[in-house]
Amino acid sequence: MTKQKHILSILVDNQPGVLSRIAGLFSGRGYNIESLSVAETIDPLVSRVTMVTMADKPIVEQIMKQLHKLINVIKVYELTGSSYVQREMALIKVQAKPEYRAEILRIVDIFRCKVVDVGREHYTLEVTGDEGKMDAILNLLKPIGIKEIAKTGIIALFREPK
Amino acid sequence: MKLTGAQILMKMLKEEGVDTIFGFPGGVVIDIYDELAKTDIRHILVRHEQGAIHAADGYARASGKVGVCLVTSGPGATNTVTGIASAYMDSIPVVIFTGQVPTQLIGNDAFQEVDIVGITRPCTKHNYLVKHTEDLARIVKEAFMIAASGRPGPVLIDLPKDVSTTKIIYKAPKKVELKSYKPTYSPNIKQLQRAIKLIKTAKKPIIFAGGGVVLSRGSKELTELAHKTQIPVTCSLMGLGVFPGTDPLWLGMIGMHGTYRANMCSGDCDLMIAVGVRFDDRVTGKTDTFAPNAKIVHIDIDPTSIRKNIPVAVPVVGDCKVTLGLLNKLLDKEDLGDLKKKRKSWLHQIAKWKSTTPLAYKQKDIIKPQYVVEKLYELTKGDAIITTEVGQNQMWAAQYYHFNKPNHFITSGGLGVMGFGLPAAIGAQIACPKKLVVDIAGDGSIQMNIQEMATAKQYGLPVKIVILNNQYLGMVRQWQELFYGKRYCSTGMEHAPDFVKLAEAYGAVGLRATKPEEVEPVLIKGLSSPKTVIMDFAVEREECVYPMVPAGAPITEMLLV
Ligand SMILES: Cc1cc2nc3c(=O)[nH]c(=O)nc-3n(C[C@H](O)[C@H](O)[C@H](O)COP(=O)(O)OP(=O)(O)OC[C@H]3O[C@@H](n4cnc5c(N)ncnc54)[C@H](O)[C@@H]3O)c2cc1C
Ligand SMILES: Cc1ncc(C[n+]2csc(CCOP(=O)(O)OP(=O)(O)O)c2C)c(N)n1
Ligand SMILES: [Mg+2]
Repeated sequence: MTKQKHILSILVDNQPGVLSRIAGLFSGRGYNIESLSVAETIDPLVSRVTMVTMADKPIVEQIMKQLHKLINVIKVYELTGSSYVQREMALIKVQAKPEYRAEILRIVDIFRCKVVDVGREHYTLEVTGDEGKMDAILNLLKPIGIKEIAKTGIIALFREPK
Repeated sequence: MKLTGAQILMKMLKEEGVDTIFGFPGGVVIDIYDELAKTDIRHILVRHEQGAIHAADGYARASGKVGVCLVTSGPGATNTVTGIASAYMDSIPVVIFTGQVPTQLIGNDAFQEVDIVGITRPCTKHNYLVKHTEDLARIVKEAFMIAASGRPGPVLIDLPKDVSTTKIIYKAPKKVELKSYKPTYSPNIKQLQRAIKLIKTAKKPIIFAGGGVVLSRGSKELTELAHKTQIPVTCSLMGLGVFPGTDPLWLGMIGMHGTYRANMCSGDCDLMIAVGVRFDDRVTGKTDTFAPNAKIVHIDIDPTSIRKNIPVAVPVVGDCKVTLGLLNKLLDKEDLGDLKKKRKSWLHQIAKWKSTTPLAYKQKDIIKPQYVVEKLYELTKGDAIITTEVGQNQMWAAQYYHFNKPNHFITSGGLGVMGFGLPAAIGAQIACPKKLVVDIAGDGSIQMNIQEMATAKQYGLPVKIVILNNQYLGMVRQWQELFYGKRYCSTGMEHAPDFVKLAEAYGAVGLRATKPEEVEPVLIKGLSSPKTVIMDFAVEREECVYPMVPAGAPITEMLLV
């Protein structure tokens, strides 16, 4: 069976130790975590964990059941098809030698991102988008020289009926 | 009303109906012990914390209640980990209270501080660190509810010293309800109807029952289903007793050391009704050759058990007792046809397997371990509670003691903990003071918690220990014999204490049999004694457990005697 990317959205009790239960479940059972993002929801007692994992179908089914079995997990669902919106944010520090500055700014413009810090030799860009956009901008910036990068991991929500 | 944490704890334990605690004291739990002494809850002082947790496990299995265990912080807490992991694997309801250093010292590497909540996270159903005395009552209530409901399991509560000593105005907790925890007891009727269709058309059906039937107290319903449909029954090690071992439809245990006919049935059957089992690798052998011709109906309260190891045609999430009861009711409305005629050739085939390849051994000049177990079965009329250690002794107990009732076989199945049997027997004896409780032991395992002899003596517990003494770590030796060219590396146990003298040193009775004709008299004498007794049987040293399926092979490919 082929491994595929799955995005799981997990609502959990906003309590200490819950994240470590989830992380422990993944490491203990040999599941993989591609990315993970956690924050409080509108209800301060509840947090949302958005997790991306690579797995084949029976394993994802098992992962979801195992997550659900944790006492502090309230709800688990998978975001599939085109029924959801997903975003990720990255901060990208690129080398900004004078001869490249115009090129960087052009890219910033095309991808509708922002320069959030300007140093003597570097620009720090803020990019938000889905995976496709992330990949595209990184590919363009790589030849210019990326010094550092920080990503949030994917967050996602179901679309509501139109 | 102002109460300390320790007083609130006692109040909650009484509310939960706790009558016995297995424990061992230490600095940070003295306040709790001080209050415990003022109640009528019985405290059993073990000699090692591992003994406390296994005793609580044995108590839970024999009584059907939640077992309770109380230990101190640091080493007291870590000593329980093996037993917690065993209870977790076998889904046994126990609540463990561990002392902890005062909250303001947590994280400072304080004296006897250990992160027991972190350590036991992967081997408890749930666990808690109580940070405020105000939360204690609610947490205790939740813990007992979680431990006993759904798929049962151990729940640990870590109690910092100041939480026990702080006085607060006590408010009774509300009824506990966890929005994220709602086990499914009633099955989906549609799935049951699909199962019925399969039952009606199957030519070679079997029922495979396990620990879940014991836990749900569904033995009666299971037996009714088998009789109603004339479907033969096999059990996992954990299920033994849920179907009478003397019934004509009984196939014996399945798996690595299962009977020939049970394993052959699994290879041949066209329908397997699996109830409260988790398809452990000791059962399935090579998974892709397991029950290759069968449609599997799987009834289990825990969705993670279903389709974890084995593909299933009809998944049924529900409690065994409730589901089987419902299934029986629905089947009553069905015309099942002439079952006698329908099952004739299948049951005939099974009878043939049984007669050509039965469980067997030959008693000659040296005592056979199987003979000891068989005699024990005869003399106790199958009515004793049997606990076991781990290894060959455990498998012979499973094969030759024909369990007729649930809750009579108490063994560490999933984790296989050597040293389990004696403390578990102590727990079972306390739960059932009138019952005969026997630990079928190996000479190696019994040494792992032998200190609990003192506990048995202190409380006048007449547990009987039957040592099948082969002077080997026999099960490992068996693997070395069969798969490692007889290189018996580190499995000899010649250097052991004299178990008769050891019994006497503990103030118990010690008996020994070295010849076959001494087996019965020793058993009769030992079993009829009102004291704790060790019976040491010098058995054939290199006897092997058969049938045996080599690890990872299909379970129909058995090594036979
Ligand atoms: C040396 C050694 C050799 C062994 N050899 C064998 C062997 O040959 N054959 C064998 O069978 N085992 C053997 N075992 C034991 C094996 O390791 C497993 O412990 C055992 O097979 C598991 O039994 P089970 O499937 O009944 O599951 P259990 O561990 O008893 O699990 C119970 C199942 O029932 C479910 N359940 C719990 N409560 C309920 C409820 N109320 N309603 C519905 N479902 C519920 C649970 O979710 C779980 O899936 C051996 C062990 C050792 C140490
Ligand atoms: C705590 C622990 N350590 C190691 C093992 C591995 N092990 C399984 S069976 C066995 C041999 C047990 O010897 P004994 O108690 O004499 O039983 P026998 O097999 O000889 O009946 C061993 C070492 C285990 N199950 N548990
Ligand atoms: Mg031995």
